[in-house]
Amino acid sequence: MLRHAWLLARKDLLVEFRSRTAILSAVVFTVLVLMVFNFGRDPTAVAAVDLAPSILWVTFTFAAILALNRAFQLELENQALDGLLLAPVSRSSIYLGKLIANLVFVATVEAVGLPLFALFFNVRLLHVVGPLVAVIALATVGFVAVGTLFSAMTARTRFAELLLPVLLLPFMIPPLIWAVLATAALLAGRPLSEATGWLRLLAAFDIVFVTLAFALFPATVDE
Amino acid sequence: MRLLKTGRWITAVGLVLLAGVYVRALAFTPVERFQGPAQKIYYVHVPSAVVAMMAMGLVGLAGILFLLLKDPRFDRFGEASAEVGTAFSVVMLTTGPIWAKPIWGTWWTWDARLTLTLFLFLLFLGYLLLRGAVTDPGLRARYSAVLGICGLVLLPFIHLSVYLFRTLHPQPIVLKPSAPSLPGEMLLTLLMSFLVFVILYVGFVTQRYALSLLREQADHHA
Repeated sequence: MLRHAWLLARKDLLVEFRSRTAILSAVVFTVLVLMVFNFGRDPTAVAAVDLAPSILWVTFTFAAILALNRAFQLELENQALDGLLLAPVSRSSIYLGKLIANLVFVATVEAVGLPLFALFFNVRLLHVVGPLVAVIALATVGFVAVGTLFSAMTARTRFAELLLPVLLLPFMIPPLIWAVLATAALLAGRPLSEATGWLRLLAAFDIVFVTLAFALFPATVDE
Repeated sequence: MRLLKTGRWITAVGLVLLAGVYVRALAFTPVERFQGPAQKIYYVHVPSAVVAMMAMGLVGLAGILFLLLKDPRFDRFGEASAEVGTAFSVVMLTTGPIWAKPIWGTWWTWDARLTLTLFLFLLFLGYLLLRGAVTDPGLRARYSAVLGICGLVLLPFIHLSVYLFRTLHPQPIVLKPSAPSLPGEMLLTLLMSFLVFVILYVGFVTQRYALSLLREQADHHA
């Protein structure tokens, strides 16, 4: 199963990184959202550091939605999805493959976004970079696990690009709340123990929704 | 059609009883000492919130049963429950601010429970939007079952968040680990109101279910 999933993820990522359109658009989009935030606040009234956790997480949320929209869109051309479903691989491998590809895609965007965020808003990250990456990783797994499941459904509907965020955002809010609180605690230089509670919640959310998505994914593709 | 008629009767009984509960709540239940008459909205707000939550729970349950048994009745029930749940969420979300303005001094605050009930409402809307966006009935049933189940699983996380945040919202006074701390007469009014809201839910869902059935038959004939 893992081998199939990896093959599938590799195929998706090859397509992405060879054509570069999607990944570049996502990165440019991230930069633009960060810029919008810069001009969307009054710098004399609100210090960047007060807004920093929100800026980081709103940017990542939007970028993740953008990235997830393309996951199954890719398979719609030439009925590639039907081919995938006919192939002798389990449904779980297909989901896992898509999940891995999406995670790599979103992680790439975040890897570019995080240093830019630090640069633009003059946020000192280096001393908390380890725990912060853990927060980002845990929240991203939660977002992307639900998002991969939902994008398999919305890809085949009308208004797919609009429907995915409408369905997905309520599920992104709980991890978003915890991630923002953990990030705020870290950036304010609070002890790590203040963030571990939020990290545990994020991990619980991840475990529950990854398991659930595995169980439900076949229902979204089987005829 | 018999089912539709049954639904209408249940709803009619529910509405009559609702009038009875209003009379009891306004005239025969003591006025709360600190909040005054504003507290009366409690008898509408809390039952509608609970019924909305229950409706979401049943949408999820119907989703699980549909995926296991592939019986279209569960899909029709899920659709009906989601629409009725949306209506009850609207009641909850309108009565809440009306109460909050005199008591908290603000129509809306980003308190944990308010935020998350707003998301319950948006979850219902998402569910109905998804149904509207899928044309194939088989696909629609499976997609909405998946979304309903995810919604059901999200609810405990919502509840968890409510307890983890400092909140302005009154803490539960009936369904809590210790004994209910509501005075007997108020508790009785509240319980009657719960019962009436559940009857209304059953009445609405039955009618809505019957309508789906009629629509399917009409599509079949066309």
